[in-house]
Amino acid sequence: MAIALVLVLVVVGSVLFHALSPWWWTPIASNWDYIDHTLVITFWITGVVFAAVVLFMAYCVWRFRHKEGSKAHYEPESKRLETWLTVVTGIGVAAMLAPGLYVWSQFITVPDDATDVEVIAQQWQWSYRLPGADGKLGTSDSRLISAENPLGVNPEDPNGQDDVVVEAADLHLPIGKPVKMLLRSIDVLHDFYVPEFRAKMDMIPGSVTYFWFTPTRTGSFEVLCAELCGTGHGFMRGVVAVDTEQDYQAWLQEQSTFAQLTAPEKVGAAEMVQP
Amino acid sequence: MVDITPRAADAIAPAEVPDVELYHPHSWWTTYVFSQDAKVIAIQYAGTAMAIGMVALVLSWLMRLQLGFPGTFDFITPEAYYQFVTMHGMIMVIYLLTALFLGGFGNYLIPLMVGARDMVFPYVNMLSYWIYLLAVLVLVASFFAPGGPTGAGWTLYPPQAILSGTPGGQQAGILLMLASLILFIIGFTMGGLNYVVTVLQGRTRGMTLMRMPLTVWGIFTATVMALLAFPALFVACVMMLFDRLLGTSFFMPALVEMGEQLSYGGGSPILFQHLFWFFGHPEVYIVALPAFGIVSDLISTHARKNIFGYRMMVWAIVGIGALSFIVWAHHMYVSGMHPWFGFFFATTTLIIAIPTAIKVYNWVLTLWRGDIHLTIPMLFALAFIVTFVNGGLTGLFLGNVVVDVPLSDTMFVVAHFHMVMGVAPIMVVFGAIYHWYPKITGRMFSEWMGQFHFWVTFVGAYAIFFPMHYVGLVGVPRRYPELGETAFIPDSVHTLNAFITVAALIVGFAQLVFLFNMLWSLRYGRDAGGNPWRATSLEWQTPTTPPPHGNWGKQVPLVYRWAYDYSVPGAPQDFIAQNDPWPGKAAPA
Ligand code: HEM
Ligand SMILES: [Cu+2]
Ligand SMILES: [Cu+2]
Repeated sequence: MAIALVLVLVVVGSVLFHALSPWWWTPIASNWDYIDHTLVITFWITGVVFAAVVLFMAYCVWRFRHKEGSKAHYEPESKRLETWLTVVTGIGVAAMLAPGLYVWSQFITVPDDATDVEVIAQQWQWSYRLPGADGKLGTSDSRLISAENPLGVNPEDPNGQDDVVVEAADLHLPIGKPVKMLLRSIDVLHDFYVPEFRAKMDMIPGSVTYFWFTPTRTGSFEVLCAELCGTGHGFMRGVVAVDTEQDYQAWLQEQSTFAQLTAPEKVGAAEMVQP
Repeated sequence: MVDITPRAADAIAPAEVPDVELYHPHSWWTTYVFSQDAKVIAIQYAGTAMAIGMVALVLSWLMRLQLGFPGTFDFITPEAYYQFVTMHGMIMVIYLLTALFLGGFGNYLIPLMVGARDMVFPYVNMLSYWIYLLAVLVLVASFFAPGGPTGAGWTLYPPQAILSGTPGGQQAGILLMLASLILFIIGFTMGGLNYVVTVLQGRTRGMTLMRMPLTVWGIFTATVMALLAFPALFVACVMMLFDRLLGTSFFMPALVEMGEQLSYGGGSPILFQHLFWFFGHPEVYIVALPAFGIVSDLISTHARKNIFGYRMMVWAIVGIGALSFIVWAHHMYVSGMHPWFGFFFATTTLIIAIPTAIKVYNWVLTLWRGDIHLTIPMLFALAFIVTFVNGGLTGLFLGNVVVDVPLSDTMFVVAHFHMVMGVAPIMVVFGAIYHWYPKITGRMFSEWMGQFHFWVTFVGAYAIFFPMHYVGLVGVPRRYPELGETAFIPDSVHTLNAFITVAALIVGFAQLVFLFNMLWSLRYGRDAGGNPWRATSLEWQTPTTPPPHGNWGKQVPLVYRWAYDYSVPGAPQDFIAQNDPWPGKAAPA
């Protein structure tokens, strides 16, 4: 009999735990509140199903437990009940899938006005590259990587000369502007993950992956690597600062371009990047 | 209607299958060690699987100690943590659960339940075990190899798996892991072909496919799936070995490691992930389907009621088995594969929830108006339903592509898969061991030790893994040996982690009670008789208990009905064995 009670307690305990839990997702800092909404819908549907199934079990165990002389009912199957349950389940599943797929199509459709920002991962640090005044990133190739050109930017490509290179330092982004994060790795798999942005994506050596989002809240957010990349995986951290437009421009002024970094003697230090 | 009442035509004359003398072993070695008896092989498989499973359990304590009390244990360096994670995951999934369900329960139960004398290829069956043992030994050897075992994660994703930034990547660790997996697959294939052919060809007369117990259906379908899925892992392992040893570039693009250009180029790391998960997702069901089958039989027997909707249950098993081959990329939503795949795989994944839900309904509907005996196997079956429903429902979060984006690679995923493919199948393993222990040994286990083991394991496992979902919701990534000072992680998460660790240690130690019970009862348990649960399926009807080599004595049983004739109105008892001709007469001998 204890089991019927414990089954009820499992449901009550789980619901209370959920309701009282101080452990909840971080306050969102991007446009992906749709994802949070879909999550909440899913919590409701699954929570109700869980409680219903387990409470029904508890009732059965209590009501139909063996007593002297009791005998089970004999009923091999019931077409009507089985069909009915299948249909209801189908509807519940569709109610979760439909909003999910709708939001996914938004998630993978990058708006035209999104700015490219390249993230480059390597064991075990983050670097970034922003397009310069021309708004275009130069091509890159991991074969070109060397001590002077740690990100493998193509020196022959005119588009790349004015690219802003942020090596192993914090990234800054302006608030309210959609960004397309182009993700590149030069050694193994990594994953660019900022919990407050909700989005994440693996980075694969040899390809460029992406996701997009719009920062909606200023502040400083921690970057974690979310794909096992060797011994330093748990320590591969970084910072993304979301700034007001003004602060962002101030930060950008202090950064160096690819051309400046590769040929510092030719370009005068005074000739800073003009956004 | 279900095929339940025997018709006149079913009274076939029994076939005498002569018990060939040559067939029996003649020495101690061939009886107990190099045995070709499926039941001995089953026990060898199960014993080896549980022994290596203990290693995985101890590794989980070490990981939990590190996560609960970071910085306290100097010997758990990040390298060591990754080695523990990898070996724990791989052992649990492959060397414990797959081996135990198919090699252990499959070998013991298939021949007995379908009324065969043995597997159809006993010699190959024996080889299967010895190759499995070799695979386990190679795996264990990697703990002692220079550099230790691989720390690449159980998914072994290249490029890191074979590079120097990962423990064992440039040493023996990864080589031994790949070699061990290759051996495991060879050994499994030998056993697997046996199980399939025995079910298709070795059934006794009257045992139609739609009269087989669901245990056999579950193991059979899982074996067919494994035979189709393991080759993908096999080739992936061979290709990775080539990349590592011969310098090919199947999975290796041009890359720069620690500032040094490597000579690889042109390969695709994503290709490995597709191969891995083409195996890896069916693998989840290779573990789950036998559990589904077994738990159906436990519930039916101990609730004294036929399993509700038997035919639907069979089709659900087969349907889940087939569908599970087209959902693999739900493990890769954030892998960087083409985003359009997300639509397809999210849809297939959520569709698979429907046959799975049907199974759950039918289990609980079997309880409805039953005559529920709260035996230890029944308690574990109930615990299975709770944990499986819980883990299955969180699967709907992770399968629904966009919801997976924030949750993937966090502790939410770890909590989900432990609930659904760790805890739930393990509950069935325990339930099944308690259920068949009297048949295997002829003795009853200790009831109070069983009760103790059940309560601590069920409540404890729920206390470990339910709260862990919330650690993941906060955003804590998986495979992090410590969280350090991370702004978004409040202190309360550390407290919760410590709580989970304590629960894990308690649950772990409760397993010692289980092992003690099994050994103690072997000698001191009371005599169980041939059919203590008054069950219908054939294994309970053997002339002697434990069943001898050849199982049936002179005559194999003749089957008149399905395996679920419990509480049939008008019958003299509340169960009718499958080989009982009631209400007709037994065919003349
Ligand atoms: C009391 C029992 C168990 C405990 C306390 C436990 C604990 C853990 C922990 C702490 C991790 C590492 C989490 C991380 O840092 O990412 C882990 C990973 C894992 N566990 Fe368990 N576990 C248990 C049982 C099982 C069982 C029965 C299975 C069988 C399916 C299993 C399969 C796995 C897998 C596949 C991984 C992932 C390994 C990887 O990330 O490469 N565990 N477990
Ligand atoms: Cu990483
Ligand atoms: Cu899967």
